[in-house]
Amino acid sequence: MRARLTVLLAGAAMLVLAVVGVRALIHLPGAGDVAHPYGARAVAAAFHHATANAVMSVTLDQRGFDTLGEEFVLLAAAVGTVLLLRELTAEREEEAAHTYGPEDVFEAVRLAGYVLLPVTLLVGGYVVVHGHLTPGGGFQGGTVLATGLYLAYLAADYRALDRLRPPGVFDAAEGLGAFAYVAVGVGGLLAGSGFLADWLPWGQLGKPLSAGTVPLLNIAIGIEVGSAFVLVVAKFLEQALTVPEQAAEEG
Amino acid sequence: MSDWTLGLLLVLTAVTATAVVLTRNPGRQAMVLSAYGLMLAMTMVALSAPDVALSQIGVGTAAVPLIVVLAIARCERHTQREAPRGTHRPEDDARDGDRGRSAPDDGGRGR
Repeated sequence: MRARLTVLLAGAAMLVLAVVGVRALIHLPGAGDVAHPYGARAVAAAFHHATANAVMSVTLDQRGFDTLGEEFVLLAAAVGTVLLLRELTAEREEEAAHTYGPEDVFEAVRLAGYVLLPVTLLVGGYVVVHGHLTPGGGFQGGTVLATGLYLAYLAADYRALDRLRPPGVFDAAEGLGAFAYVAVGVGGLLAGSGFLADWLPWGQLGKPLSAGTVPLLNIAIGIEVGSAFVLVVAKFLEQALTVPEQAAEEG
Repeated sequence: MSDWTLGLLLVLTAVTATAVVLTRNPGRQAMVLSAYGLMLAMTMVALSAPDVALSQIGVGTAAVPLIVVLAIARCERHTQREAPRGTHRPEDDARDGDRGRSAPDDGGRGR
């Protein structure tokens, strides 16, 4: 009875969504070279502030305040996850004597991990600092940097990863990145233009130092997002590995 | 980007999305989800949204499956450890030192 009601409710909701969705979609401007009222204005504003990547201009300059909210959503989520998974830290320390590593990993995978670790970190850094010029930015680069770091676990073992990734540093960096974003925004207030205004010199379109505050905000986000991902995955990895050796062998 | 390529990518996205739903084993589902994320990212590139595609690859194809796999690993080991407890008392194991088949003497630290 309950299941039927669920299906009925879900079906009705989907039907409404389909009708409303289709009605909305048929009135959208076509993809490609069709002039779009919002797009045309946003791109013009991006060029005015010498930001080659118009998407980044929208997210960090024209709508920087929205991104501030998003950044703090991520911060809150990461802090919450770390808080929830903190309980077994004492256990981990007791088990630290055992070396947990991906011992059954193919040599080829290890080699790929070794080769890709520096490449991935380089690409991640590139994506962060070139966010105002090419597709990418702090969020994308941050996730690349964070997931790249975990190649160390694949290529070597948990201890190597632990040395490469002292949790205290990333704890501090996460908060610092979030703080830096707000600090750049407050800089706009001090410069007299407004919170999160693009108050730094804009420079020349397409040059590494251009777009005013956008590269700074990208670096702040890169640090924050990268650290948040490192911490969250660290907690999950810790949970997955902190089982007494015996149980692990049975598995 | 031709319509033909976009159509192919959309079909591939739909097929992999269906595969995610039809995969019942959570561990395998994480891998299929990763493949689906990659298809979705390629579709986004085809629709000239490379920024979103990069986020999609970073989060949907790398981070989320990684977290899911780690969580599954934890749960599986946890249940394997819990299972023998019903038949053996931990103090018995500690006494006879039979480590081969019984639960380790974690003294109830795990949860």
